[in-house]
Amino acid sequence: MHAVILKTWFSGEVTATSRHYVDRLFDPDPQKVLQGVIDMKNAVIGNNKQKANLIVLGAVPRLLYLLQQSSSSDMLRTECAVVLGSLAMGTENNIKSLVDCHIIPALLQGLLSPNVSFIEACLRCLRTVFISPVTPVQLLYSDLTVIPHFICLLSQSLHTQEYITQIFSHCYLCLYCSITNSKAFCCCCNTPDHQTVLFNHGAIQNIAPLLNSSSPKVRMQALKCFSVLAYENTQVSMTLVNVLVDGEPLTQVFVRMMQRDKPIEMQLTAAKCLTYMCRAGAIRTDDSSIVLKTLPCLVRMCSKDRLLEERVEGAETLAFLVEPDVDLQRIASVTDHLLAMLADYFKYPSSVSTIADIKRLDHDLKHAHELRQAAFRLYASLGSNDEDIRKKITETENMMDRIVSGLSESSIKVRLAAVRCLHSLSRSVQQLRTSFHDHAVWKPLMKLLQNAPDEVLIMASSTLCNLLLEFSPSKEPILESGVIELLCSLTQSDSPALRVNGIWALMNMAFQADQKVKMEIVRSLGTDHLFRLLSDPDPNVLMKTLGLLRNLLSTRPHIDQLMGSHGKQIMQAVTLILEGEHSIEVKDQTLCILANIADGNTAKELIMTNDDMLQKIKYYMGHSHVKLQLAATFCISNLIWNEEDGSQERQDKLREMGFVDILHKLSQATDPNLCDRAKTAMQQYLA
Amino acid sequence: MRKLLSSELQFPHITANRPYSRCCPRMSHYCWFFQSLTLSLCKKLNTQNPKNMAELGAGSPLLGDPALNYQEHELNERLKRLYPAVNEEETPLPRSWSPKDKYSYIGLSQNNLRVHYKGHGKNHKDAASVRATHPIPAACGIYYFEVKIVSKGRDGYMGIGLSAQGVNMNRLPGWDKHSYGYHGDDGHSFCSSGTGQPYGPTFTTGDVIGCCVNLINNTCFYTKNGHSLGVAFTDLPPNLYPTVGLQTPGEIVDANFGQQPFVFDIEDYMSEWRAKIHSMIARFPIGERLGEWQAVLQNMVSSYLVHHGYCATATAFARATETIIQEDPNSIKNRQRIQKLVLAGRVGEAIDATQQLYPGLLEHNPNLLFMLKCRQFVEMVNGTDSEVRCFSVRSPKSQDSYPGSPSPSPRHGANNPHLHSTGADSPTCSNGVTPPNKTKTHSKYPSISSASSSSSSSPSSVNYSESNSTDSTKSQPHSGTSNQETSDSEMEIEAEHYSNGVAENSSSRIMNGTYKHQEILQVDDNSLGNGVAVESCASKQFCGGNQAATERMIQFGRELQALNEQLCRQYGKNTMHKKMLQDAFSLLAYSDPWDCPMGQQLDPMQRESICSALNSAILESQNLPKQPPLMLALGQATECVQLMARVRSGSCSFARVDNFLH
Repeated sequence: MHAVILKTWFSGEVTATSRHYVDRLFDPDPQKVLQGVIDMKNAVIGNNKQKANLIVLGAVPRLLYLLQQSSSSDMLRTECAVVLGSLAMGTENNIKSLVDCHIIPALLQGLLSPNVSFIEACLRCLRTVFISPVTPVQLLYSDLTVIPHFICLLSQSLHTQEYITQIFSHCYLCLYCSITNSKAFCCCCNTPDHQTVLFNHGAIQNIAPLLNSSSPKVRMQALKCFSVLAYENTQVSMTLVNVLVDGEPLTQVFVRMMQRDKPIEMQLTAAKCLTYMCRAGAIRTDDSSIVLKTLPCLVRMCSKDRLLEERVEGAETLAFLVEPDVDLQRIASVTDHLLAMLADYFKYPSSVSTIADIKRLDHDLKHAHELRQAAFRLYASLGSNDEDIRKKITETENMMDRIVSGLSESSIKVRLAAVRCLHSLSRSVQQLRTSFHDHAVWKPLMKLLQNAPDEVLIMASSTLCNLLLEFSPSKEPILESGVIELLCSLTQSDSPALRVNGIWALMNMAFQADQKVKMEIVRSLGTDHLFRLLSDPDPNVLMKTLGLLRNLLSTRPHIDQLMGSHGKQIMQAVTLILEGEHSIEVKDQTLCILANIADGNTAKELIMTNDDMLQKIKYYMGHSHVKLQLAATFCISNLIWNEEDGSQERQDKLREMGFVDILHKLSQATDPNLCDRAKTAMQQYLA
Repeated sequence: MRKLLSSELQFPHITANRPYSRCCPRMSHYCWFFQSLTLSLCKKLNTQNPKNMAELGAGSPLLGDPALNYQEHELNERLKRLYPAVNEEETPLPRSWSPKDKYSYIGLSQNNLRVHYKGHGKNHKDAASVRATHPIPAACGIYYFEVKIVSKGRDGYMGIGLSAQGVNMNRLPGWDKHSYGYHGDDGHSFCSSGTGQPYGPTFTTGDVIGCCVNLINNTCFYTKNGHSLGVAFTDLPPNLYPTVGLQTPGEIVDANFGQQPFVFDIEDYMSEWRAKIHSMIARFPIGERLGEWQAVLQNMVSSYLVHHGYCATATAFARATETIIQEDPNSIKNRQRIQKLVLAGRVGEAIDATQQLYPGLLEHNPNLLFMLKCRQFVEMVNGTDSEVRCFSVRSPKSQDSYPGSPSPSPRHGANNPHLHSTGADSPTCSNGVTPPNKTKTHSKYPSISSASSSSSSSPSSVNYSESNSTDSTKSQPHSGTSNQETSDSEMEIEAEHYSNGVAENSSSRIMNGTYKHQEILQVDDNSLGNGVAVESCASKQFCGGNQAATERMIQFGRELQALNEQLCRQYGKNTMHKKMLQDAFSLLAYSDPWDCPMGQQLDPMQRESICSALNSAILESQNLPKQPPLMLALGQATECVQLMARVRSGSCSFARVDNFLH
């Protein structure tokens, strides 16, 4: 009871003094107003409660008014900006209140003043506001004159340099996060335009000299600017390689900043810059600045000595760097025991961080997800091409178990990274046969497929495609788990990638499958939908659908049965494709389907009775592309095959149509395969 | 004061053929010393002379062997640069494979750098190894060598690593106790065991394998083609030799102990450890004693200035730091005057002045007196002593073949050209001690501009951030945002400047009591001060070429001889005196004493030791320390670091005193 009274009294007291501060801002004597602002400044420093009180009591609009009044002295305006900056340093709520009071336009207006200390105070406040996650970045870019003015101000002082570069680098950070953390989790999405805006206003030329600034803070912020500017931006990256700083190429400046006695943050950020430039194609992957400097630097960032945040960023950046290049993957995989080092990422929260050390536990927990997803991503990149590396990854302690549990983690980022990793490893025939089966990875994978965002679905279904390859021992159990329905539903997705993966998985599944499975696929997919997929705008979907058809139409009984039930539609679809504008691969695949049909007992007749189709085959036998000639010849060869019923009639008909002459011609072809194929076909007539 | 320090900016270098090495301290200090005066000085100097730091790092070649071929020269340069703390007289570095310490199946060629296998190579019993000529000295801190696989031979059973002396050479490195290796055929590491552990990739023809021994934490890692493969061994014993082993015919490997640039950037790795050790030193906890340290530091700086007679600087420093100078200012000036006379070669006058100002001093120090007189004789030959100079036809100014200060001396002039010009361009303030008559023109800050500027950034400036700055970091410790305001540049200064202020001596000895300083001691009277004439060797003659002077010299020589005899009678024979006398007299035997084997005596640089001895003697007679505490501390620190090397503490390599002197 006593305590409550005391508390009420206390807060009342605080409000009263706060009120006093605000009242003084309304004094008619400008000198007293100035003193009032200065006293307010001293009162709020480090005092979040006081800040909140002043905001509630309406100090902000008055300060803004004083700041904008042309009658106010420079000194008063500066002090106002300083107090506002101080208020912004408090909680996120403070920033929200400030932004709601339209502080940003007022401060931007203030930047037009000739008084440098006033500008600095405004910039400091703007900096604090803009680097807060609650402030929409858009506010910086909505007025087109702001950025050029910022760039002009860069020459004013070390402080303006620091604040402006900090604003620039942070206003991308959101954008940048949104890209690295995949669009599904994007917070403020969109606009690599921001990079272009800065680029077009000469940000690069103006910020580059700051890399050699005497102030370490300015150096660091300038470096950060480059890391966000270069990210996935070819234009910026290509420009950067030609920039000189005091006669030294920018890449060399970055390399220097990666020296091991430099601050870790600097090493890491410089490595990011070079990584982004390399990925944008501005630096070759075999350049020594990448192979001997950037890569080892990033590996160092993954070491146990680094902070958890640094390890996360290091691993993510390294994953990005090595992703497309197998040589870099090979080097990274043997550098400083990286694979073993990454295994350590899974040991958080560590057993040491018990209740006794609550702070550590909290810290560990906060980063545990990030660490795991970063490790999975890096494993995924490292294992994407080289079989030996994949083997080493799966041999890393408990790796498969970790992936399996990662697939069902609550954090979607971890799930995505885990499935990426699994996908990367699933490219290995050996792993599919062994560890994948041993750990029944298909189970959590199937679960993951039930309900997940597209991002995860794409990866998971890709992985499933590999698991459904005929030599994969997981194929059987997956089939039994009723995967067909699921895959068929994927083919109806709006996302082309998901449609491809769905149909691809079905194709793999249909390869040398039982009649039952094939019928199940056709039934589930529905013939209408199947033929709709044949006119899909995505050529990959078309290819895989044709592949599915081809796999369905294998072995004679299956061919006859399928053609018996759907012959008409299939022939129609084949005709359409052969007549349409399609790539060689598509046509080749289609002709192969036709050849398969020609192999059926009853299905043959569908072709033999279709003169139009026979003319088409004839046409493709004379095509300029050997692959198509070969497929067409194969088709004819199947039709005239001797040992089958009615072969004589077919041979006669085709001879009449002039196919023998064509076969004659083809038997003289330069391509040995085509030549052989044509001769074999000719022999059917001789027998 | 700025000038003073810039003239102090001399760099230590070892010259093996000289009896002593010299050094020059510079004030700077650690971040925990908030003494802002020195802080601002350091700051200025750091920005002034970045080039010198680079020169310092470059090291100097060993002198005295003209027959060095290019590769050896390169090797010496690189080894010096990589392992500056190693004293090769005590612990030589490995430079090649040892033709004595190898198994018979090993053949050496190409200056003992190439190793080939010449056994049968049937099985592991035919394995053969070779060790380097010397073990790795602990003072390296971090040691590195590379081996290039020229040919993997039949099976590529090659091992690269380390082994202690006496380990069986009929084996591959790693198989036995105190033997460690990384094998090419399977990529395994062998840690004193016949069975290896999976370690790295395999290696074969064309690969370059590096082996790095970290003597600070006693670990070892390998590199392949410039990429670090991670730690292979921990808890390594001391005194390991670089070792390679081969096992099948045709295997050939080449070693690189520094003959060529390394593929792996070892210097970058070293820089990380240097930074680690330096920050460890900088963060060494001193706890409660912070204030105490500050007082000690101020005292050190002050006493150093006083010792060398920088009277005005010392006064300014004392005022700024509110400390008291022990010695009477007049006494300082007196000493300063005497020193200037000695350094100008006017030893006779210096003796007179000493006898006048400090009666009895020389009488009680007959050895010192004798040394002074000997020097006076040499200066007579030189033509600089006033007893002979008065005979000169030329004016004292131009006659003074050596300028008033020894700073632009040939030795340092050549080494550090811009210092030379500093002295010559502004002779009136080159030592930073503004002549008293000038002092009067300044009203408030009589001595130097930096004294005034430093007082503005002295402790009171810390308040600046509180009162004046807008929203400082320390005022925001509770705010949730991670990016805090840091508007105060004062705070940055602390973080950036962490070099400390101890002078150094890079020779193996610290010469207690005979510290030779080479600052320009600017004199009050102008006849000395403006003597900036460049020495003209062509016109040099005995005693300035004056007949009367020569006679006076001869006479003085006789007196000197008599003094020696008298001393012998009194104190017994003194070989040092005899030698000194002989050396001095022998100058007369040459027609051109400046170009003779004994000519070195005439070098003005030689005045410094006697000058220092005289200064110390005066100070001792006043019951003041004959050696400034700064120099003592410096000597102490240098000795400690050398001791660390001897007790095999690898970090000594990166804790070198000269790392902290700029």
